[in-house]
Amino acid sequence: MERTQRRSEVIYLDYQATTPCDRRVLDEVIPYFCEEFGNPHSVNHIMGRTAKAAIETARSNVAELIGAESPEDIIFTSGATEANNLALQGIARFYREKGDRIIISEIEHKCVIEASRALERDGFDVIRIPVSRKGIVDLQVLEEALSDRTLLVSIMSVNNEIGTIQPIAEISEICKRHGVFFHTDAAQAAGKIELNAFQVDLMSISGHKIYGPKGIGALYVRKKPRIRLIPLLYGGGQERGLRSGTLPTPLCVGLGKACEIARQEMQSEAARLAQLKEYFLSVLFSNLEKVYLNGDVDSRCIPGCLNLSFAGVEGEAIMLGMPEICISSGSACTSETLQPSHVLRALSVREELAHSSLRIGFGRFTTLEEVKFASEKLVEVVNKLRQMSPLW
Amino acid sequence: MEYSKEVLDLYENPRNVGSLDENDVSVGTAVVGAPSCGDVIKLQIKVNEDGKIFEAKFKAFGCGAAIASSSLITEWIRGKSLEEAIGIRNQEVAEYLSLPPVKAHCSVLAEEAVGKAIVDYQKKNSEKVIA
Repeated sequence: MERTQRRSEVIYLDYQATTPCDRRVLDEVIPYFCEEFGNPHSVNHIMGRTAKAAIETARSNVAELIGAESPEDIIFTSGATEANNLALQGIARFYREKGDRIIISEIEHKCVIEASRALERDGFDVIRIPVSRKGIVDLQVLEEALSDRTLLVSIMSVNNEIGTIQPIAEISEICKRHGVFFHTDAAQAAGKIELNAFQVDLMSISGHKIYGPKGIGALYVRKKPRIRLIPLLYGGGQERGLRSGTLPTPLCVGLGKACEIARQEMQSEAARLAQLKEYFLSVLFSNLEKVYLNGDVDSRCIPGCLNLSFAGVEGEAIMLGMPEICISSGSACTSETLQPSHVLRALSVREELAHSSLRIGFGRFTTLEEVKFASEKLVEVVNKLRQMSPLW
Repeated sequence: MEYSKEVLDLYENPRNVGSLDENDVSVGTAVVGAPSCGDVIKLQIKVNEDGKIFEAKFKAFGCGAAIASSSLITEWIRGKSLEEAIGIRNQEVAEYLSLPPVKAHCSVLAEEAVGKAIVDYQKKNSEKVIA
């Protein structure tokens, strides 16, 4: 595959923030804007049925990528934020007679944290369980937090800042034993690691994290045994009544195609990204002292995500020194709230090192040349800033 | 963060990076901010016999705005009397650099650093007089 799908003047290493839409996805999507524009819910005529057929193919591709038992388990949403909100709020509000406790981890994505905070304001009891220094949920702590009043556990499959993989099968086992619903935000996991949606009750994914379009995602809602949700949106009763609104056929098709490609290329891509990561780290570690890896150093981490702290220099200042390279920082200075990353704080990363952190993400269109250039540039900028640092 | 060309220039070519001898009685030293907050500025002044700042140096751990604010203020205080230097307001720094509101605290730190360096210098020299 060509890896030339990028602007030549920038190096994009922020694949956890978003990914470019793959050209193969775009090609598949285009006809559904102007030619096959039928309303997929107008099944009484040919245009509607064509659109519906395309959507059902997409639904099957989504189901297959995430290991769902049936395509019927998949609900299309506008993205993972909506899917996560639908899961948390939907379960909490439908089953509120049965319990009021919701358990999440401290390193969930903002949309899970904020959705649970909204539920807390409505009287739910939200427990945020800590993670180890490697960013992994402690199963014993989880088990201790479960009570008779617990409705739902929501733990992400892969963290978006540090790339660590949670023990989803084990968490699922614990939740089953206690009769508690288990939701996992798999926005960063889909297409990168093998997923087994059948092990969980609800799973969220996002299109734009897997080379699909922005504005589309999906929620897996296990149908057997049936899980019920109070919808966020009311209307025509589409998507099993859980998500009203005319489906955006092109976006659904795009998500489906993105899932199909991800499934086919997952293994070879993982191996390629692991090599890029190894190369990148070797350049840094052989040229700089006091560079620390945040998260898990061994295999419980996706290969395309690196979170590093560079002692003595601040993350935003590093980014400013290499404007042609697109990355992220966990430093307070890059956030509007002036709070350093809640994920790094949860890992007990020293605050000054949280301010010194960068997230570097490799993906489908990253080349070895780019990794080489970025790693060398990073060494140069860190050295320059360390020379003017009072802490170095 | 979208920065002005003034900030970018001072970040790219910072003026007055370095250190002065802390034990020199004509040198005043300040360290302000905290590593845990993401900003630390070390600022030093060297005062001549006329009571004017003839050298100012800084080192900064922080974002582009922190580096630019501290570099700029070292430029501004050079050649000034202590009274003039202490009169420089953080708003002037923030304005010159067109700092976004969320970065205003960087200019506050720079102003604080100048004040503390002057106090340090004065303390050293009053002790000398007493001794």
